[in-house]
Amino acid sequence: MRFGVVVFPGSNCEQDVVGACRYLGLEAEYVWHGDTSLDGFDAIVLPGGFSYGDYIRCGAVARFSPVMNEVVRFAERGGPVLGICNGFQILTEAHLLPGALLRNRGLKFICRRVPLRVDGSCDWLDLPLGTVLEVPINHNEGNYTCDAATLERLNANGQVVLRYCEPDGSSAEDGSAPNGALDDIAGICNERGNVFGLMPHPERVVDPLSGGTDGQPFLTTVVRKLAEVAG
Amino acid sequence: MTVVADLSPELAPKLAVELGLKPSEYDHVVEILGRTPTITELYMYSLMWSEHCSYKHSRKALRMFPTEGPHVLQGPGENAGVIGVGDGWAVAFKMESHNHPSAIEPYQGAATGVGGIIRDIFTMGARPIASLDSLRFGTLDKARQRYLFEGAVAGIGGYGNCIGVPTVGGEVYFEEAYEGNCLINAMSIGLMREEDLMRAVAAGPGNLVLLIGSTTGRDGIGGASVLASQEFDERAEDKRPSVQVGDPFEEKLLIEACLELLRGDLLVALGDLGAAGLTSSASEMASRGGVGLDIDVTKVPQREPNMKPFEIMVSESQERMLAVVEPDKLDAAMAVCAKWGLRSTVIGQVTDTGRFVVREGETVVADMPAATLAHDAPIYDPAMERPAYLDEVAAFDPHTLSHPESPEALAETLLGLLASPNICSRRWIWEQYDHQVMTNTVVLPGGDAAVLRIGDTGRGEMTDRAIAVSSDCNGRYCYLDPYTGAQIALAEAARNVTCAGGEPAAITDCLNFGNPEKPEVFYTFYEAIRGLSDACKAWTIPVISGNVSFYNESFGNPIYPTPTVGLVGVLDHVDQHCTMDFKDEGDVIVLVGESYDELGGSEYLKVEHGLVTGAVPSLDLELEAAVQAAVRDGIRSGLIKSAHDCSEGGIAVALAESCIAGDIGADVHLHDELPAVSSLFGESQSRIVVTCAEDDADALVESLIAAGVPYSVIGTVGGDRLAICERLSVSLDDLRDAYEPTLEALVHGELQSEELHEG
Repeated sequence: MRFGVVVFPGSNCEQDVVGACRYLGLEAEYVWHGDTSLDGFDAIVLPGGFSYGDYIRCGAVARFSPVMNEVVRFAERGGPVLGICNGFQILTEAHLLPGALLRNRGLKFICRRVPLRVDGSCDWLDLPLGTVLEVPINHNEGNYTCDAATLERLNANGQVVLRYCEPDGSSAEDGSAPNGALDDIAGICNERGNVFGLMPHPERVVDPLSGGTDGQPFLTTVVRKLAEVAG
Repeated sequence: MTVVADLSPELAPKLAVELGLKPSEYDHVVEILGRTPTITELYMYSLMWSEHCSYKHSRKALRMFPTEGPHVLQGPGENAGVIGVGDGWAVAFKMESHNHPSAIEPYQGAATGVGGIIRDIFTMGARPIASLDSLRFGTLDKARQRYLFEGAVAGIGGYGNCIGVPTVGGEVYFEEAYEGNCLINAMSIGLMREEDLMRAVAAGPGNLVLLIGSTTGRDGIGGASVLASQEFDERAEDKRPSVQVGDPFEEKLLIEACLELLRGDLLVALGDLGAAGLTSSASEMASRGGVGLDIDVTKVPQREPNMKPFEIMVSESQERMLAVVEPDKLDAAMAVCAKWGLRSTVIGQVTDTGRFVVREGETVVADMPAATLAHDAPIYDPAMERPAYLDEVAAFDPHTLSHPESPEALAETLLGLLASPNICSRRWIWEQYDHQVMTNTVVLPGGDAAVLRIGDTGRGEMTDRAIAVSSDCNGRYCYLDPYTGAQIALAEAARNVTCAGGEPAAITDCLNFGNPEKPEVFYTFYEAIRGLSDACKAWTIPVISGNVSFYNESFGNPIYPTPTVGLVGVLDHVDQHCTMDFKDEGDVIVLVGESYDELGGSEYLKVEHGLVTGAVPSLDLELEAAVQAAVRDGIRSGLIKSAHDCSEGGIAVALAESCIAGDIGADVHLHDELPAVSSLFGESQSRIVVTCAEDDADALVESLIAAGVPYSVIGTVGGDRLAICERLSVSLDDLRDAYEPTLEALVHGELQSEELHEG
């Protein structure tokens, strides 16, 4: 079981994801954005950061990196792909996930630990529905949006895996998303459940020294699931 | 070699004056060259001999600083200072001002301030791991100040967040004195293995000079002399073209490429292009190595057409690095740059002549001894005169004022202080900064000092070690008493680091003052340096890097003298760090140190009476050291569960902040005989509020007695109120409601500071 963590020019959380994997005793290696093969990797992570400076639009340039053709093929074959923050933005630009990420309501960058409620499951997260996790967000463009039909489909298929919520797990009447995200959406998966994108940074809460362990399931679940399939 | 004669002996001195050279300095240039200088030479000398680059007014005074100590691997004189932090790990750090550009264009000014100081760090071979920012503005009642503040914070975030270096700390004060001249001091900290320490020393005639990164444009031309070495007046807006524009994406690529070049042992030397651009970077590298350089400006990739040689030589276009490479390693070095999508171009070579030669193709446009640019700037001994106001303010007796006495009035005063822009929560600022990337931030912003674990996350070894970092300076104290005020800046930085469990190791400083050619201003500068030096020597904390920013004036009024101190402390075990929040019901609260009747210079006098006056709190250097050592011992032995220093707003504010942070109340008795306001809000130094478990109280007290430091057991943690017996009692909710929302409301213009003062 080997994680591949893609490094785009301007990625800046790749070392945190690899560090978190290694903390959990999982094998992880960097994948250069110019590479054209993902051979030897069992799960792919697109990390946070500012790929290509976020110029034009977040993720708009990165989706054209050579490695992205392979990532799309990998996902189509059912391989697990996780996009964190900028990685989520890239996944929407590459049309592996629906919708788009707009600038935060209030037009300010937000770095803050927030409560998240588990509202669905996928290959990367499979916790009892309603579980509340505390994970930091760290973005300027995390305001998820999509058209009404897509939202209906996401909800109907249980593709909304994570929602921003209040500390007790409830949803505030006027929304609990600090960035204004539609329907408080913090993370979604594709229909098959193998591609998962989220704005919060689970890799930042893996080692208790950096403030918590709620991020651990995001990396360990996929290992378990792959082992089940293989087993 | 013939140099082009593009200036007549009549015109040259006139251009020299226009570029900021004094007539005597021009004469010295002529003497060095033995002829009339060229246009390019005049530009290069005028910038390298500007105050910003040459420290010509401050250099003598700076010699007072102690610069050596057991931790020091590299003292002042390089791009940044470096200390060893154990197990072969080293930390490079430096603080630098970007005041003048920010006062004109706050977003780009602050952003390029961050970019510039970060380049100084990775130039040394260190990976930048943390930034701190020390900011000063006028009061936020004015729209212009809100624009500056909001823009500077956005610029720091916009740049720092993009390059993936956490912004973990800093400070901000709002005072009328900074209204015409805000201060943006950026500090960067980098981590490396000791053996990877790199110095910017050019060597080896025949080696090639490689320019890496952005193209060169006309932006920032003459920034160092135009902006940083002159006062502001109503023409400041005209100077906007002198402000550089930053590209953090390019910088992120530069960090990765340069660190890869250094790890691959592909470079002889590396330097960044900051103030005075290519001129400064190249001449400093050459003079340190005792070699010459031969550069052809037509080889420099240009952003705009028809640039003159002098423009190329002094451009301050951002995100550029200069490297010296051996010819047989050139291909490998350029391949690394290409991998990261960076431009790299050979623009010249190292020579054995000791001369800095600039060509435009075949034409020589400048030819001078390299060392004279970097090291032959005149050194001045400015006149000093003690300002008359110092005695006046020191003589002020706060007891002549009428003070609140009833518990209700004192409670209102406490709430007013918690809501003061200089004390209230800074959450609105640091939530705009990525303070966690690299996942080594163990103690987040909002406490006394940030704590960072040492290790190469995701790349290599992780360790149990950590550093604690803080930047501090109360400019009001320095205005009232520059000598003691500067010492208090260091004392507070060291106290903050101590409260986090760190052993202070070394400092960087950013010395912000007015026009040094005014004797009264220079007196405050000299006294501040003397004070800081005396304290550094007493506590064996060396100064390993720093920056002087003069001419911080507008319309003839200088800012408060503001010698900002950035301190790095070391923790051998990251688990032995401490935070300020009260922890558990029943914990015992102990005040380490002693309170005196000292209200001079306090936030209380400002908020309650609108006064900035009085004698600043006294500082006993031995007592301060003993208090800090005792608290560090208590933290290391595990007895102390929380520690928070008393600073602005006194012990009442310190207690309130620990309550808010821990979301728990406290029941306190202050056993002093002082007037209520002095006891609660006086800012006596050398005081730290600590807590311990009830069962550990005896052991903690015994350790404090053994250490010979004054202490008093003042109460217990618990409940949902801060009750200071016989003086005041306030609910936790009221404390929070005063402390949390102020800054955001002020920024949005929803609140005027006068309303705050009315409580």
